[in-house]
Amino acid sequence: MSWTPADPMVSINNVHKSFGELKVLNGVSLDVMKGDVICIIGPSGSGKSTLIRCVNALNDIQQGSILVEGQEVNDAKLDKLELRKKVGMVFQQYNLFPHKTALQNVMMAPIRVLKQDKASAEAKARALLKKVRLEGKEDAYPGELSGGQQQRVAIARSLAMQPDVMLFDEVTAALDPETVGEVLQTIKDLAEEGMTCILVTHEMGFAREVADHIYFTDRGVIVEHGPPDTFFQNAQDPRTQEFLSQIL
Amino acid sequence: MIGGFLTTLKLSAVCLFFSVIIGVVGAWLQGSSFKWTRRFVNGYIQLFRNTPPLVQLYFFYFAIGTLLPTVENDWGGESPLLGNFAWAAISLSFFAGAFNVEIFRSGIEAVPKSTVEAAEALGFTKLQIYKDITLPLAFRVALPALNNNLVNLVKTTTLAYAIAVPDLLYESNQIWSDNVNVTEMMIFLLIAYFVLVGVLVAGMNRWERSLKIPGYG
Ligand SMILES: Nc1ncnc2c1ncn2[C@@H]1O[C@H](COP(=O)(O)OP(=O)(O)O)[C@@H](O)[C@H]1O
Ligand SMILES: [Mg+2]
Repeated sequence: MSWTPADPMVSINNVHKSFGELKVLNGVSLDVMKGDVICIIGPSGSGKSTLIRCVNALNDIQQGSILVEGQEVNDAKLDKLELRKKVGMVFQQYNLFPHKTALQNVMMAPIRVLKQDKASAEAKARALLKKVRLEGKEDAYPGELSGGQQQRVAIARSLAMQPDVMLFDEVTAALDPETVGEVLQTIKDLAEEGMTCILVTHEMGFAREVADHIYFTDRGVIVEHGPPDTFFQNAQDPRTQEFLSQIL
Repeated sequence: MIGGFLTTLKLSAVCLFFSVIIGVVGAWLQGSSFKWTRRFVNGYIQLFRNTPPLVQLYFFYFAIGTLLPTVENDWGGESPLLGNFAWAAISLSFFAGAFNVEIFRSGIEAVPKSTVEAAEALGFTKLQIYKDITLPLAFRVALPALNNNLVNLVKTTTLAYAIAVPDLLYESNQIWSDNVNVTEMMIFLLIAYFVLVGVLVAGMNRWERSLKIPGYG
């Protein structure tokens, strides 16, 4: 039974995860189709980061199944390299390599991991930096860039691996308000190009605009989910209503 | 005398090189997922940090050196497999290496886990992460301490005197036994080491500056 593009790109099934005694995910299931943009929202500590970190095996899970293009992530013999070529991730704190320039940050993984030759990796990296509107910043070090610029380098770095799915973990949460917009725009561009995206975000307006589907999590379970319009106007569960009333 | 100076230079250079290699490899092994690998490295560090370098030198030269087979030399006699220079180099490299492991380890601990995670998420292997991310960043943090330890190492090479390696101190000693100009000899010795260490420190400082990242740390 091999995976086809008609199957879910990411299929999360009854996932349980705990850190020692602390149960963080209590049976989460969701599917993401190719080209879908889904947003995961919920109170702090509800397990959003943990969930998306499980998708690229930065966290392991105790029970359940996560399939990425048919590849089982909950597998002791998991080929992590194969998985990580398919899944890109952008973090809240950018996590750029501080001793490398913007260009080098973007080129490094294609050269080391995909074994691309330097010239073609560089050409692609320059094109990607242009795409995230950072032309002219190629030789700047992360420490010389603003938060929003660093985050866009991080997005370019991830895209350089030509992933099929992108994970975004509250990527604007650490930014100054004036640079949030530029990063959201970059993600929106990606979504419009058909990139499959799993986003954890507190930007409700943005979620409403780009998401095909919204999931609300609390204490390790999905409380409620639906298309943005239904979700924001017709939330049924009191926990969802309370959360939305606080944040909107 | 010039020969003595060259021997000191050579001994210092060899020990600097190997002690840094030991530090880098040891710090990598300390991060191993095998308990016994970590224990072995920790045992090595404890042993070499908590014993005097002179005792280590004697141990290598007299205890291990005599256990090794001998080889026939150019004149048909029997020579030890490793000469006193080699033993001094090995012993002092392990001595300084033990400190270097600790120095690199503290540098590695200063590298944010999230930076390493970003590399993992990009598909880097453990070794690639160590080589391309952790080590270059750890190096920058560790450089002042490394600087100190390497200066100490150069000074400690004078211990090789004890197993008759013809280094600067040993040669000077020979000359002063034959001559009367003891004061001049002592002044020369002091200045020679001062210059040697000075050159090393200047080189390390330059290196430190060249590694400085704009907008970082
Ligand atoms: N590596 C970890 N070790 C122990 N506990 C953790 C770890 N990572 C997260 N947690 C805990 O798991 C819970 C969920 O965290 P997280 O997934 O980061 O929530 P969210 O992203 O929704 O704010 C929190 O209580 C957090 O303290
Ligand atoms: Mg989080």
